[in-house]
Amino acid sequence: MGRMCILCLRYRVVWCALFLLLCFSGGECETQTTQPSGPTSSQGVKPFHNEDPKPQAFPDPEKTNLPVFTMDYPRIQVPFEFTLWVLLASFAKIGFHIYHKITIWIPESCLLICIGLIVGGIMHSVKEEPPAVLSPDVFFIYMLPPIVLDSGYFMPTRPFFENVGTVLWYAVVGTLWNSVGIGLSLYAICQIEAFGVQDINLQENLLFASIISAVDPVAALSVFEDISVNEQIYIVIFGEGLFNDVVTVALYNMFSFMADMPTVESVDVFLGVARFFVVSLGGLLIGVVFGIAAAFTTRFTHNARQIEPLFVFMYSYLAYLVAELFGISSVLSIIICAITMKYYVEENVSQRSCTTIRHVVKVLASISETLIFFFLGVVTITTEHEWNWAYIIFTLVFAFIWRGLGILWFEGAVCFALVFTLPETINRRKLFVTASIAIIIFTVVVQGISIRPIVEYINIRRSNKDKYNINTEIHSRTMEHIVSGIEDLCGQWSHYYWKDKFKKFNDRILRRILLRDNRAESSIVSLYKKLELQSAIGLLDTPMGDLSAAPSIVSLHDEMKEASRPKKKFKTADVRKMQNILAKNMYKIRQKTMAYTNKYKLPDESDTREILIRRHASIRRSLRTTSFRDPPSRNIAKSQNIIRCSRAATWRQLLRSDEEVLVALLHALPSHSVP
Amino acid sequence: MGSNKSTIQYIPDVKELIEETGFSAAHIQRLFERFDLLDRDQMGTLRVEDFEAIPELAMNPIGDRIIGAFFSSGKETVDFPTFVRVLAHFQPTDSNRTKNSSQEPYNSPNRKLQFAFQLYDQDRDGKISRAELLQVLQEMLGMQVTDEQLQSIAERAIQEADLDGDDAISFDEFKKSLEKVDIDQKMRIGFLS
Repeated sequence: MGRMCILCLRYRVVWCALFLLLCFSGGECETQTTQPSGPTSSQGVKPFHNEDPKPQAFPDPEKTNLPVFTMDYPRIQVPFEFTLWVLLASFAKIGFHIYHKITIWIPESCLLICIGLIVGGIMHSVKEEPPAVLSPDVFFIYMLPPIVLDSGYFMPTRPFFENVGTVLWYAVVGTLWNSVGIGLSLYAICQIEAFGVQDINLQENLLFASIISAVDPVAALSVFEDISVNEQIYIVIFGEGLFNDVVTVALYNMFSFMADMPTVESVDVFLGVARFFVVSLGGLLIGVVFGIAAAFTTRFTHNARQIEPLFVFMYSYLAYLVAELFGISSVLSIIICAITMKYYVEENVSQRSCTTIRHVVKVLASISETLIFFFLGVVTITTEHEWNWAYIIFTLVFAFIWRGLGILWFEGAVCFALVFTLPETINRRKLFVTASIAIIIFTVVVQGISIRPIVEYINIRRSNKDKYNINTEIHSRTMEHIVSGIEDLCGQWSHYYWKDKFKKFNDRILRRILLRDNRAESSIVSLYKKLELQSAIGLLDTPMGDLSAAPSIVSLHDEMKEASRPKKKFKTADVRKMQNILAKNMYKIRQKTMAYTNKYKLPDESDTREILIRRHASIRRSLRTTSFRDPPSRNIAKSQNIIRCSRAATWRQLLRSDEEVLVALLHALPSHSVP
Repeated sequence: MGSNKSTIQYIPDVKELIEETGFSAAHIQRLFERFDLLDRDQMGTLRVEDFEAIPELAMNPIGDRIIGAFFSSGKETVDFPTFVRVLAHFQPTDSNRTKNSSQEPYNSPNRKLQFAFQLYDQDRDGKISRAELLQVLQEMLGMQVTDEQLQSIAERAIQEADLDGDDAISFDEFKKSLEKVDIDQKMRIGFLS
């Protein structure tokens, strides 16, 4: 649970940081050229043959010898500096993890900002400007897509679609509530003469509030103890963060347009709402189109496995750019593209391509994020600020209050950078800028640092409650697993009608068109494929990797010997240790959702793999025992026999259905056949 | 796959099933559609492979035991009434609609506990022996847990629960050790009510 909070926090802050950053540079660097100098202006070593066939108009003033050593910095300046910045930020990241203790208490994002501040301070003192490449275009076009693709690709789709109504509700209504509330309150404050900010009118306040509203300074506390509630809450935060970007952009557009106008008519508000629908539905449509295109393309790539990952990236990037072209929500479009495409692509491509895609998505997102935080720190120092205590403090206060009054207690995403694209006509632009920075830094620092102690406090409180004994812990968990298994057996029943309809549509039409190899019975096989178990199973078959070396079943004879041993006495400390072991090591249920919460790493499927490998080992063991040992004692339930018998059939079936698994399992199947 | 028509009339003895298990007709129909979906070879019964083809069940640490619970009568296939009877255990206790008062309803806390107990007690001797408990623990704990830790946990569990000193947990002892736990809350599936 604690991990979940920390990770949600990180994700949210990236959004804020990104936009804040681009706004900084958007305001300051507009006049600077952003185009790198191309190779045409290089002066390097002149080629022997000039492209210009004219004879030289005038001879060289002096004959120079062939230069042995030349340096041409402008030619490589942009890529060189980019690489250096990335390296610097990455070194910082490595450095944090060496001092492991720091990262436990302070999230990485804080540390990156600090390093950025330091570097910014250095640059400021030597009167250097931040790199010229930091323009809004660079951020929106190059830095944002990897991050969004990462979120979209690793989004757990099943819980998302089940809760899509709630997610959208919170995204839309929550943002509206916050922005209107904060805007009005700030406007009220502006009326008070003592603060000296009377010149900010209502539209400007609303505009500012619409930007701030998605930031949530209230600490992210998930104190819910019921795991099933956790999953829902998690997906609501996750989804809300992604989608209130759409709302915020729409609101921002509407308010900034209105801020320019002397009067606001109701038709403008109506148009604003219409624009919101165009923006969101357009994004959805584009995402779906490109997702289907990608899925269809991968149907034919089985002879060109090496370029399979390329398609995923190219199509999703295209979705993003086309949406930008039309001014509709590119974030929504790339996410929808990733969701649509993932399901079909992962079935069509080879195992290695699948792994490659996942890793590359993570790497790109990680680079972008690191750079963003880093630059946030740098640029903070190097811009001018206007500080008005009252306005800023009240902004913080109102953000707290209105968020608190709202239903959700978790952070939202921020379209922060918009602040910097505010038109110059707004007088108090700098104040807005400063206020935004204050909030974001406050959010990052305070929440980031405070989450861990709070979570620990809650955990301590929980464990001090009525002491369950060992039996209760074990049996409770067993029952939870039973219920989870039976639920999976029954399938999901909420929204049964639409899900069923979609599933039929999917099976009949979509799968036939988009999948190369449409075999319904390969779900277990694809599971093994997905979890990269073939190689693990291959290891299993060597004598060294034999996992059946876990505690074996004692025979009847041994049991009697055990019973006659004197009973061990357990001290309280021992019992507590056992409880700790159980708490940490018992497999959790609903592992799937939690696996996706870790932003910096690939989804953690190690538990699932352990379970499946063990199952494979026990199957093999049971197949062996029926061949080698005495016939099983009559005491073992008939159900076990039935299961054993059908196991052999299942494994043979698995062998038939997938050639990749075949290679791995070929030496696993015993040569004896089972009765 | 499943047909869209109202299939309730195709299920034999559906009225008795409704009375016996306490499910409503709508639930029985949904369960039948699910049963039909799982039934790959469309023979009207489920085999082990049909259960094993559900990936989430394969990822469940005690998935095998859950599947085994359906096959406890010794037959090689599961027909629809057996399927429904097992699932009837997971109704919330208070939604008891069964009119058949002579038999204990499937969703009573006692029956739920019996279901859980059977998952442990694989050899059906009415007791959870140390070996059986060890097996379950092994399945439910990650691989980092060492042998001695497993043994001591099992030992402690038996010590806590075993009242008559036979070094095994009988059903009554099992029930007693879980008296503080709200069984109905733990072993229920909300949408079956």
